Amino acid sequence: MDQPWLLQFSPAELTAIRLSLKVALSAVAVSLPLAVLAALALARGRFWGRELLDVLVHLPLILPPVVTGYVLLLLFGRNGALGRFFEATLGLVFAFRWTGAALAAGVMAFPLMVRAIRLSVEAVDRRLEDAAGTLGAAPLWIFATVTLPLMLPGIIAGAILGFARSMGEFGATITFVSNIPGETQTLPTAIYVFTQVPGGDAGALRLTVVAVVISAAALLASDYVARRVARRVGGL
Amino acid sequence: MSIEVDVYRRLGDFTLEARFAAEGRLIALFGRSGAGKTTLVNLIAGLLRPERGRIVVGGRVLFDSARGIDLPMHRRRIGYVFQESRLFPHLTVRQNLAYGRWFTPRAERREELPHIADLLGIGPLLERRPGLLSGGERQRVAIGRALLASPRLLLMDEPLASLDQALKSEILPYIERLRDELQVPIVYVSHAIPEVTRLATTMVLLSQGAVAAVGQVADIMGRIDLFPLTGRYEAGAVLEMKVAAHDERYELTTLNSSVGELRVPRIALPLGSPLRVHIRARDVVLGLAQPEGLSALNVLAGRIDELGPRDGPIVDVRVALAGGTLLARVTRLTIDHLALAPGRPIFAIIKSIALDRRSLGQLQPASDKLDVDEITL
Repeated sequence: MDQPWLLQFSPAELTAIRLSLKVALSAVAVSLPLAVLAALALARGRFWGRELLDVLVHLPLILPPVVTGYVLLLLFGRNGALGRFFEATLGLVFAFRWTGAALAAGVMAFPLMVRAIRLSVEAVDRRLEDAAGTLGAAPLWIFATVTLPLMLPGIIAGAILGFARSMGEFGATITFVSNIPGETQTLPTAIYVFTQVPGGDAGALRLTVVAVVISAAALLASDYVARRVARRVGGL
Repeated sequence: MSIEVDVYRRLGDFTLEARFAAEGRLIALFGRSGAGKTTLVNLIAGLLRPERGRIVVGGRVLFDSARGIDLPMHRRRIGYVFQESRLFPHLTVRQNLAYGRWFTPRAERREELPHIADLLGIGPLLERRPGLLSGGERQRVAIGRALLASPRLLLMDEPLASLDQALKSEILPYIERLRDELQVPIVYVSHAIPEVTRLATTMVLLSQGAVAAVGQVADIMGRIDLFPLTGRYEAGAVLEMKVAAHDERYELTTLNSSVGELRVPRIALPLGSPLRVHIRARDVVLGLAQPEGLSALNVLAGRIDELGPRDGPIVDVRVALAGGTLLARVTRLTIDHLALAPGRPIFAIIKSIALDRRSLGQLQPASDKLDVDEITL
């Protein structure tokens, strides 16, 4: 044993780390565009049911995660309405799969992402969009060339926040897809298991350090990108 | 180029009900704050929709509620220079300039970036970002951006309002160049008489959401009944004259026209250049006889045409000159003292220094191209 014990990852631990990254990245990748749409609808939409959408988006933030996980199990489980629908149309199964862990993480991160992006939508100067319109840009072009670039700081912030939240997702995940090593066992659930067995302290500590490093790196990277983008959007 | 507007639009307590047809290279929409000028240009640009009415620009129907026509703003091809330049902060100056051009159908692209950058003196700024530009630079870039979309009409909503006097004088010659050198007609919103008299060929006077008068600048400015709307302080007639001679020794320039001669502080314009002179009514003194032993250099002979209402200490007098009109403001006491009445021959005396650069406007025939270096005073 040449390596210090802090770097002696067991194969199960490495699997949990890889799985966590995969779950968190997938969760962000899929929910980010939806979060942008929801933020736009909430910030600018004038439609019936806007308040209802607002409540729905925020539910995972205020409900106990276990409740959210249980609702997901009811809806997206093998016998849930949506679960059957996705399995029949896309062949996509959530129950007790890593995809389910990603779904749980995405749902839990969604309100945080929407809140961050919504702030940036509200900060976009609509007069700039009018100016683009007078220059010949159709509404979709205005969105792509003016609104979206100006929203970018909020989108980045939302993505990082969502990623961090996904990495840490525990309650909803374990309720919805359980804790299956190699399939649904992510960093938090693996740490939880280590703390429940005798002699698991070293493993728990190793994974804890990994979690801290990944989170800190994400934060630093987002700070750097956000600063650059904010400069650009600020016209400097 | 003609513009035909007949619109009705309510905005809260305010109602705009404007109807006019105007023609000209630069049509000024003049009126006090709250008269409805910005609302009117927003309706023309398509940023606002009239509740009913009709808008026709250069024979093209942009809006007609009766026929159900409402062209969306991105298809109107109307350039808009806003009060606050509204440059895109995330793009460089060059990208800002190219923005509208990119959306212009290839066949309709008239303007090229190098030419416009040169015309507006923004060549050195191209790689900069808008956040680092001065107010005057920003406004010139905004003008260039609107022009590069090759619009059929350019709307300018008080483009100088947020600039100080020095910057205004920096940009005014550029706007004169646009008017005289490019093919695009301009609608220019302003509540500053000096800008209007200097730039406009045609004037639309707005008051409380309605059109009070439309016509040639000299005609509108010469009407006593419109004084309350044009603003008493700046009110005064406009004469169109030509540069007749330069006096190098005393650094004076002589202007002439059928009304007579005016001497003004030297202006660097070639002989024969047409010039528009705004003479404020408060700068004009009236005399019954040709004055002698007076420091004022300019005396124009004419005949009293009309006296304004005599319900205060001050009375406005319109003097008919040979081929022009002058307005003077004198006290009611003077009117009685000199027994001024319509038809009476009179001499109008104007101090030369009352005619500074702000009251002189270049007015080039559309065909004549003028070297910009000669315009600067």
